[in-house]
Amino acid sequence: MTTLLFDGSFPGLLTAIFEVYEYKLNDVRLATADSNPVLFGEQREVVTDASKAKRVWQGIGNCISGEARHQLYQAYLSELDTMPQTLLAYFQYAFFKQTNVHEDFSHPAVLTVHQTVRKVYREKHRMEAFVRFSETTDGLFYAVVEPDFDVLPLIAEHFEKRYADQRWVIYDCRRKYGIFYDLSSVQVVEMNFSPDMLQGKDASAAWNEKEAGFQHLWQQYFNSVNIASRKNTALHIRHMPLRYWKYLPEKQPAGTGMAG
Amino acid sequence: MNDRISEKLQILADAAKYDVSCASSGSKRENENKGLGNAAGGMGICHAYTEDGRCVSLLKILLTNYCIYNCAYCVSRSSNDIKRAAFTVDEVVELTIGFYRRNYIEGLFLSSGIFKNADYTMERLVLIAKKLRTEHNFHGYIHLKAIPGASDELLQQAGRYADRLSVNVEMPTEQSLKLLAPEKNRNDMLKPMQYLKQAITQYEAEKKTSRHLPLFAPAGQSTQMVIGATPENDWQILMMSSYFYQKMRMKRVYYSGYVPISNDNRLPAIGTPVPMIRENRLYQADWLMRFYGFTAGELVAPDSPHLDMDIDPKLGWALRNLHLFPVDVNRADAALIMRVPGIGVQSAQKIIAARRFSRLTWDHLKQMGIAGSRARYFLDCRIPGDNRRDLTPMQIKQQILSLQHSKYQPNFSPQLKLF
Repeated sequence: MTTLLFDGSFPGLLTAIFEVYEYKLNDVRLATADSNPVLFGEQREVVTDASKAKRVWQGIGNCISGEARHQLYQAYLSELDTMPQTLLAYFQYAFFKQTNVHEDFSHPAVLTVHQTVRKVYREKHRMEAFVRFSETTDGLFYAVVEPDFDVLPLIAEHFEKRYADQRWVIYDCRRKYGIFYDLSSVQVVEMNFSPDMLQGKDASAAWNEKEAGFQHLWQQYFNSVNIASRKNTALHIRHMPLRYWKYLPEKQPAGTGMAG
Repeated sequence: MNDRISEKLQILADAAKYDVSCASSGSKRENENKGLGNAAGGMGICHAYTEDGRCVSLLKILLTNYCIYNCAYCVSRSSNDIKRAAFTVDEVVELTIGFYRRNYIEGLFLSSGIFKNADYTMERLVLIAKKLRTEHNFHGYIHLKAIPGASDELLQQAGRYADRLSVNVEMPTEQSLKLLAPEKNRNDMLKPMQYLKQAITQYEAEKKTSRHLPLFAPAGQSTQMVIGATPENDWQILMMSSYFYQKMRMKRVYYSGYVPISNDNRLPAIGTPVPMIRENRLYQADWLMRFYGFTAGELVAPDSPHLDMDIDPKLGWALRNLHLFPVDVNRADAALIMRVPGIGVQSAQKIIAARRFSRLTWDHLKQMGIAGSRARYFLDCRIPGDNRRDLTPMQIKQQILSLQHSKYQPNFSPQLKLF
């Protein structure tokens, strides 16, 4: 068995897949450089190579549709430990068949990709729903999120189209980066913008004069639309899992603002 | 100023919440000229869910709860002793924009009690939508109520600025409306629906030849009826829905289980449970009519006018039509596969796609996510440990029921709960 160690990036993964063919490797295990050390078999380090990655990406584009190919990237964003291995199996199956295998749901790797894409898509959709902006004194709308998967690259376009006339930033405090829109385009920004820094007083100190009022009105609205005689807590929590509440003003006790 | 708005919001959101529609999907309105908002993209977004588990997608409010009518089933009826309030046009605009910019909502759902007359009320609703669109360059979703009796010109303008329009039919039949809302006339409700249907159809036809035609209610029209307040059966209700879908080309019909809010002896008493299971079964039947190719007559009939409360309407249909089963997933038409209990639209599509590559087995189907506990009785497939041969409909029903734990189970218990 050969273990290929790549840097965890998507081009790195594609380079590793390229090298499986380049060196005609059988029985390959893909792992990121920071995962557990390998006890058995040969070990090789993969140096990410943009041209190799591009060839693999174009190659799969000859077998499957553009939309299907984008789904492979979405599956990668799940960050699941087993996903590199699943994607390798998918690519091998597609290259072997040389046809569009994307709807061959009876193949385990294809099915796993679809199931993962569904989960990633759901998280993307949840972020489109649960991002809550607060407006600062200088007119910037900022939001803090902690998505289960690395979905910021997938939601940028949605927010760019929607909030074309306001400057905004969405910060992923688990992965320590954000996306920032400056009225012309969206950029990735690396920053250490700890939510602790903004806890309590500090957060509301940055708000403009209307922010607290709008959060209060939203809390008020959220409580007023509830129909008490139809209470269904299980359904409520299924739709709005507890882990998202931290950043939702409507789920904070009355009179207080958000954590982030 | 904030306190005053806060109080109005409380009153006017509370009064609007019995309107169940919260859809924000299906519009084609795109952001233009770097404005605010985008309602295109097909999918609606629920930004929050209330503690009763319903989607919060729009800022759903009444412009005012002052009303000249006295409909027995309505909280805002003129004889009801409640706090009244009215928003100004600018207040609604500012709330909508402020909420939208913070990603709280997809847009505005604006309804109103009737003050003075239909036209006067409708004019105010249209004015708000117009202001949002023309002065604030707002491209989010707007759902306006079309007030029965409003003029065609106002409806035309409403269609220009709103994504969806709706007229509530309120009661499933004319008799019930006469009983509970004697001042209202059913024809006044059907007339604007007719007008909108015609205007939307015309818009769709003209759009084919003219690319720059301004949008007209791109998300179509919908309606709502209250169920459980009056004695109509499910057959009457579903025939009514069927009429709206086919004759009025409605996008949606909503069913609102009556929440007792009045001591009026024409209505269920306060404390009577909301008919939530029935409402749920009606929505299931509605889904079957819109996406699965069922007709109302297949689900209910004059001699069995009620949907089963303990099983869903698709399973009910299958048990009445066992002669059509078992279905061979590797050969059957898509239309028939979708009719198998436990297989939804998406699973059916997957099955049709996947069977081109290889012969599907029971394991494949289970991995694709079909509900095996139901589907197993209706498929021609080798299923491990299967002993389903020659079961009667009753036996199948019992076996399926014994496996499921319905959230409504306590409601089926014939025993009285004394404490």
